[in-house]
Amino acid sequence: MRAARDEILATIRQSLGRGPLEPDATAVLAARMAAPPQHPRPAFEEDLTTRTIRKLESRSATVARVADWTDVPRAAEQFRTENGIEPRVVIGAGLAALAWPSHWSWHSGPAAPDAVLSVTPAFAAIAETGTLMLVASPDSPTTHNFVPEHQIVVLKVEQIVRHFEDAWWCRQQTGAGLPRVVNLVSGPSRTADIEQTIQLGAHGPRRLHVILVG
Amino acid sequence: MDLHSHEFQSRARTALHDTSLQQALDQARDGFVAKRAAQVAELSEFEALREAAAQLKDHILEHLDDYLERYETAVNAAGGHVHWARDDAEARRIILDICARVDARTVTKGKSMVSEEIGLNEALIEAGLKVVETDLGEYIIQLAGEAPSHIIAPAVHKTREQVADLFEAAHGGPRRTEISDLVDAARQALRGRYFEADVGITGGNFLIAETGSSLIVTNEGNGDLTQTLARVHIVTAGIERVVPTLHDATLFLRLLARSATGQETETYTTVSTGPRRLDDLDGPEEYHVVLVDNGRSRMLAGPFRAMLRCIRCGACMNHCPVYGAIGGHAYGWVYPGPMGSVLTPLIKGLDLAYDLPNACTLNGRCASVCPVKIPLPDLLRQLRHAQFTQAITPRRQRGALAAWRVVATRPWLYHALERVVARILARLGARTGRLRRVPGAHGWTLGRDLPTPAARTFLECWHHEREKS
Repeated sequence: MRAARDEILATIRQSLGRGPLEPDATAVLAARMAAPPQHPRPAFEEDLTTRTIRKLESRSATVARVADWTDVPRAAEQFRTENGIEPRVVIGAGLAALAWPSHWSWHSGPAAPDAVLSVTPAFAAIAETGTLMLVASPDSPTTHNFVPEHQIVVLKVEQIVRHFEDAWWCRQQTGAGLPRVVNLVSGPSRTADIEQTIQLGAHGPRRLHVILVG
Repeated sequence: MDLHSHEFQSRARTALHDTSLQQALDQARDGFVAKRAAQVAELSEFEALREAAAQLKDHILEHLDDYLERYETAVNAAGGHVHWARDDAEARRIILDICARVDARTVTKGKSMVSEEIGLNEALIEAGLKVVETDLGEYIIQLAGEAPSHIIAPAVHKTREQVADLFEAAHGGPRRTEISDLVDAARQALRGRYFEADVGITGGNFLIAETGSSLIVTNEGNGDLTQTLARVHIVTAGIERVVPTLHDATLFLRLLARSATGQETETYTTVSTGPRRLDDLDGPEEYHVVLVDNGRSRMLAGPFRAMLRCIRCGACMNHCPVYGAIGGHAYGWVYPGPMGSVLTPLIKGLDLAYDLPNACTLNGRCASVCPVKIPLPDLLRQLRHAQFTQAITPRRQRGALAAWRVVATRPWLYHALERVVARILARLGARTGRLRRVPGAHGWTLGRDLPTPAARTFLECWHHEREKS
């Protein structure tokens, strides 16, 4: 183990024609890590919310806008009934306090194969590409994002940021680096592996519905 | 995966006459190119991003040892394990050892070209493990017992009729040919596999030194199911995949999907850091990363360092007229097209993949679309040069090239010969205006006729006109 590691690093240094970096050189790299240079970012003037909705819809996601947090269960039920989805649901613990319909069979544990629908809280959304950011936690288990056939994500308008760089501050959330998993989701699951024909619902959710609050 | 690059010529010939393959290639070619072009046209910063990405990659490669050490420290801090593999055999052994230790029976796999490079599936199957490829394209070729023919669309060479046959044989009838039914059949067949897997293996598009994270990009969500539901997650990645920070990864992400599939972004981008945490409700109990060298550290030394910038988007093969005519299998190993024609000889040996650097027209399209500005035609030319100086080029060709040099560096001789040849060819083709066969150029005239040249060369006409005036 150790031998392989040392040999690979030694070969890299030999190929680069130098030994291990001097302390001042590593200090330069450490400073760069702490404050990485700004790379080009796509500029746009469009309103963040409008753009997020437009981009999500362009990739076959659907978006419903509600005024208030307490409207979320009603909007979720509307999406469910309109699409004939069975009410076997997993709901992230972060949303469990809402008044969910009494005829739903739901829990906040990890999603098993019998879960048909999930309702998960977004951590942020990035307007640049219309991408949802979901982070793993007991409030939002990762299986909720991939196992159920259909997914509802609840997003607050004030959670929308402009560029990806604006969203990476989440790494400070836990104090110990990043959450275990950060999922950037830009639409329902898709594939074009057979004859370049786009087909939704390859392995993950067939439908992605965003309930935008505010 | 065994190397078959020495069979390039016969495989290319077969491919040109394979009607199903030609049908599949026709379908793919224009789609990739048009979709990418549309994305590039929409993003005015695209060229600036390419330039910044090439520079950033060079910065990383110059400090690769340092970034890899930082990455390892961060992975350990997050509770994960880093394993270093000098070559393919060592990488296989590391993964087999992990599988044996956790008493694994079933292994699910997200798409990983490095796992193809190290011949992982064969080794796992030989050790008695059940291996399930979960990317739809990979699943199709696993059923067919074939290798991927494209680095991002592994089953691009298969028509839907062929997929229908494979699925009928694997899942039972009735035979279905609608694409939606085929996708659904694969979904149903693979659902249960994710849950029963002991080990889930994925690739790593980027490894982030700052946080010790691995990042994967997929459209299907199969990589996420693979790595979330298995007890143990193993990431396989080349050592050149490390980037300093999430900000730096973002730069590459802006180029990757646009260059690869012509999408603004892929559906899922996932950043994973270590195993399941104390309060997590799901996720793997163990998290391992296998860093694979396999010739990369040596590649840093010479003129081929730029090849290590590659982010595996496949744009070069999508725009390559040779790839477009023969598909990926003719190249005989894991990496096809222009990037493969550089990588295969460098990893497997200049002599064992002789034809690949030579099967290129040097048209330059690949370099013009490469998101990290790898000068692919230059690298291919350098490989030819290396083959020549190492006396790998066949004797007949060496002789021909030596003779050409004698002629080409002596203008008087060149022009004299040109006059003779032009007269002979003009006489031979005088009647039809076309030459069906030209001595010494049999290969060229096999597929087309040569127009009869004028009896007098351009220079002769030039001098004649000048004298007249």
